[in-house]
Amino acid sequence: MAIDFLYPQYEVVRNPDRCITCRACERQCANLVHQYDVDFGHMVSDESKCVCCHRCVSLCPTRALKIVKTDHTFKENANWTGKAISEVYRQAGSGGVLLSSMGNPEPFPIYWDKILINASQVTNPPIDPLREPMETRTFLGKKPGRIERDADGNLVNNLSPQLQLNVPVMFSAMSYGSISYNAHASLARAAVELGTYYNTGEGGLHQDFYQYGDHTIVQVASGRFGVFKEYLEAGAAIEIKMGQGAKPGIGGHLPGLKVGPDISRTRMIPEGADAISPAPHHDIYSIEDLRQLVFSLKEATGYKKPVIVKIAAVHNVAAIASGIARSGADIIAIDGYRGGTGAAPTRIRDNVGIPIELALAAVDQRLRDEGIRDQVSVVIGGSVRNSADLLKAIALGADAVYIATSALLALGCHLCRTCQSGKCNWGIATQRPELVKRLNPDIGCKRLVNLVTAWDHELKEMMGGMGINSIEALRGNRLMLRGIGLTQKELDILGIRHAGE
Amino acid sequence: MKYLIIGNGTAAVGCIEGIRVVDKTSPITVVSAEPYPAYGRPLISYLLQGKTTEEKALRYRPADFYEAKGVTALLGRTVLRIDGKTAVLDDGTSLPFDRLCLATGSRPFVPPMEGLDRVERQTSFMTLDDAKRLRALLGGRKDQNVLIVGAGLIGLKCAEGILGLARSVTVIDLAPRILPNVLDEEPAAIIQRHMERQGVAFRLGESVRRFTENTAALQNSGETLAFDVLVVAVGVRPNTELAEAAGCKVERGVCTDSHSQTTVPGIYAAGDCALSHDITTGTDRILALLPNAYLQGETAGMNMAGGDRPFEKAVPMNASGFLGLHMVTAGSYDGEAWLSREGGNYKRLVTRDDRLVGFILIGDVERAGIYTSLIRERTPLSSIDFGLIREKPQLMAFSSTERAKKLGGAR
Amino acid sequence: MKRVYVNEKWCLGCHLCEYYCAFANSGKSDMVKALKDRKIAPRIKIEERDNISFAVSCRHCEEPLCVKGCISGALTIQDGAVHIDPDRCVGCCTCILSCPYGALSHSEQGAVQKCELCQKNGAGEPMCVQGCPNKAIVYEER
Repeated sequence: MAIDFLYPQYEVVRNPDRCITCRACERQCANLVHQYDVDFGHMVSDESKCVCCHRCVSLCPTRALKIVKTDHTFKENANWTGKAISEVYRQAGSGGVLLSSMGNPEPFPIYWDKILINASQVTNPPIDPLREPMETRTFLGKKPGRIERDADGNLVNNLSPQLQLNVPVMFSAMSYGSISYNAHASLARAAVELGTYYNTGEGGLHQDFYQYGDHTIVQVASGRFGVFKEYLEAGAAIEIKMGQGAKPGIGGHLPGLKVGPDISRTRMIPEGADAISPAPHHDIYSIEDLRQLVFSLKEATGYKKPVIVKIAAVHNVAAIASGIARSGADIIAIDGYRGGTGAAPTRIRDNVGIPIELALAAVDQRLRDEGIRDQVSVVIGGSVRNSADLLKAIALGADAVYIATSALLALGCHLCRTCQSGKCNWGIATQRPELVKRLNPDIGCKRLVNLVTAWDHELKEMMGGMGINSIEALRGNRLMLRGIGLTQKELDILGIRHAGE
Repeated sequence: MKYLIIGNGTAAVGCIEGIRVVDKTSPITVVSAEPYPAYGRPLISYLLQGKTTEEKALRYRPADFYEAKGVTALLGRTVLRIDGKTAVLDDGTSLPFDRLCLATGSRPFVPPMEGLDRVERQTSFMTLDDAKRLRALLGGRKDQNVLIVGAGLIGLKCAEGILGLARSVTVIDLAPRILPNVLDEEPAAIIQRHMERQGVAFRLGESVRRFTENTAALQNSGETLAFDVLVVAVGVRPNTELAEAAGCKVERGVCTDSHSQTTVPGIYAAGDCALSHDITTGTDRILALLPNAYLQGETAGMNMAGGDRPFEKAVPMNASGFLGLHMVTAGSYDGEAWLSREGGNYKRLVTRDDRLVGFILIGDVERAGIYTSLIRERTPLSSIDFGLIREKPQLMAFSSTERAKKLGGAR
Repeated sequence: MKRVYVNEKWCLGCHLCEYYCAFANSGKSDMVKALKDRKIAPRIKIEERDNISFAVSCRHCEEPLCVKGCISGALTIQDGAVHIDPDRCVGCCTCILSCPYGALSHSEQGAVQKCELCQKNGAGEPMCVQGCPNKAIVYEER
């Protein structure tokens, strides 16, 4: 119906002087935007199908293509924006929930960008990381409150199980199903090479990846997909997923269409069956219930592996974190509202949850105030975009960060935010074999290693500049941070002073 | 170790290169009646056609080939006889050897035809000298009428080579079709039509009753053809006399084993004088083809030098073009045939006992080597997607494991 | 010796190798100038069917049947790589009939052409390898 027509958001601009009709764009677009027209003898495009993923742009050998935002417009209206109007049309036509993917794209404040980092001058000389040792190795897990000795005065090892990270960055949970086999292979291999961890997400662990178990965090989520003894034992740590930053308070839904033989085996569900993760864990309605699951998992794995509890950053995150710290969990993972997803209702993604910077500062402060900070490590995620975000997170109190969107970008993701279609042209968020093969893990692994290695270099440079030579000395060192353009309330929550103070 | 090679064609070059794989230093002597360094015999028609030059044709191997390979080339000499381990040349020189390779090739076969000796302006068409002679006979005025006796490969390549140099070219053959030893009726007719369209005339199922200096009286039609230049390309006979005299077993050619050795130890034979074991028919016959000559010669050379290298994959094959129409053939046509005439091309694949044993392609010959390799490697057709490979030669028809070996270097 | 190897597992069937090959051997410095409005005759070619695709180019065999059977000596081995001298090639197709991979083809000029590992055209690492977006074609020692 005409009333349903929405002008395409993007336009494909093809420079006819440069196009050699090699048809790479046509062959590489799973959305079927490009087509060679035999009668015209040149390429034509149907921009209504374009998701702006840039696959064609990247592969065009003569740089003949670009994608531009259309200048087609509704009558200017600061309240009823084009987006707001279009969404009404779409829902009026479909009657359905709007779906989106990846992180919240709305123009909320980004606190990372309103925090500045200190550097040493004169009184406390900076350190040159190329000349002097610089420690970014991090251990995650409960730290003993005191030193114990036996009758002979020898030290007793009272250390809980720890995760050793060569660099304070881990790859956060993305399930096999939401992302492809090759994406998982890239993450797993990169984690091994970097000396860090990747996370299975709630989709179970593919048999092929058990070999990377020492660098794997296995997740137990509300659907309990693919969870069994060997799975728990395969990982270096177990993560209980209570919530996800992109969609706090709701579950997940992997359509049966994506549940092929491999995923069915890995998730332990019938082929073609929808994989529905309930919003709550049906056995957890209190911190006490959570404690039961934490200890069940510890019991099942002989108390050899740290247990992580992951929650979304919501309003009362500090109190919840305090409860988690007391539940016996070794690590708390907090996911901010800009965290990504393979699919979420748009309204939830864009309106639920709080910024990770504020959540982190609040949680760290609360745990310190209660004297239980050493009982847990704190890992945060939800849009750590670069090494400066990483450094600021650690200075605000995080032990390490989780990255996922950055990792996917390294793998080729162009943030077109159409994961839910399953037609990812970059071979990441898809299960279609012809698309999955577009991500060669040899390349993917190398690019992830490059990214994290680069961040580690930058982290060391910035630490050196502050005169700090160990990540321990940076952690929670909020004196190294200053706010800019923030209100007193924001500064109070972040626990930092304003620039100039 | 002293090596002697009699002949200086492709088999001899193969032999030299084969020896040098194993033995880098021992002296090699080559004796050849022709005064030229080695050249590819099939080039002579291309030479007349203008697709190559004498200078380029004589660069079958680089100018310093003999020197670089440590070869003494005695060109313009013939070997009269072989006494034990010594060859005696026409100038009386004795050449002692430890290992001998007979690469003596073949010579034109000229059947007795009445009055042939009265034709002054005639030549056969096998050697560079033949080509030069023919070019001289034709002159530069395109005013000569040429009669070629023999519609085999040599006759037809000759016709192609001189079509642009002569006023007319007529090919006559006793057989009812052209290329009687290579093709049967339909493909032969396709080539014939193509050549006729370009101006070559044929008289098939016909022979010459009597020649005069400038005419040929035909047997069946009774017609008399006038000509200015005669090319006799009826066939060839292997040069086996030396082998026979040296005590080697000779049938239709010099008999050799899979190591190219004759029945006399230390004496090897290769090329157009020697028999090959044709794996597509299971028979021993002369495969007078350049690639086969090279492989036989190379085998001989490596084994002469002490290597142990059998050659067990001899397959008859021909790649020829006639005036722009490509034709490739291989193997035997005895078996179940699969035919396609798609797009103006002719394709016949012949299978027997789950193997491809032969094929004929006319027109589109792209990637034909994939078919040849099926014959050569005796690939069971049940192990590949024959339906697919029938459509066109492609590696897609093999299993992915097999492809990984072929393209990925997987072992 | 380094050779071009193909892993069909990663081949996307994008055909870019063919275009990069044609460009590399065009003698032009600009791809658009080299290939615009032209039908290309590359030395590497994609085979594709269903969801399988892979590129085929000369394997540079250690014992190349094409070189051994070449009637003019136009095909030679130079430092392990099989090269063709188009000036001496007469286009007889014996090599096409010999090559088990179907890696030789007719060029636009009539002579036979084949992959020469971009050793003569100044492209450096073979252009098909440089242009492959997924490392399905690699240039390495194996």
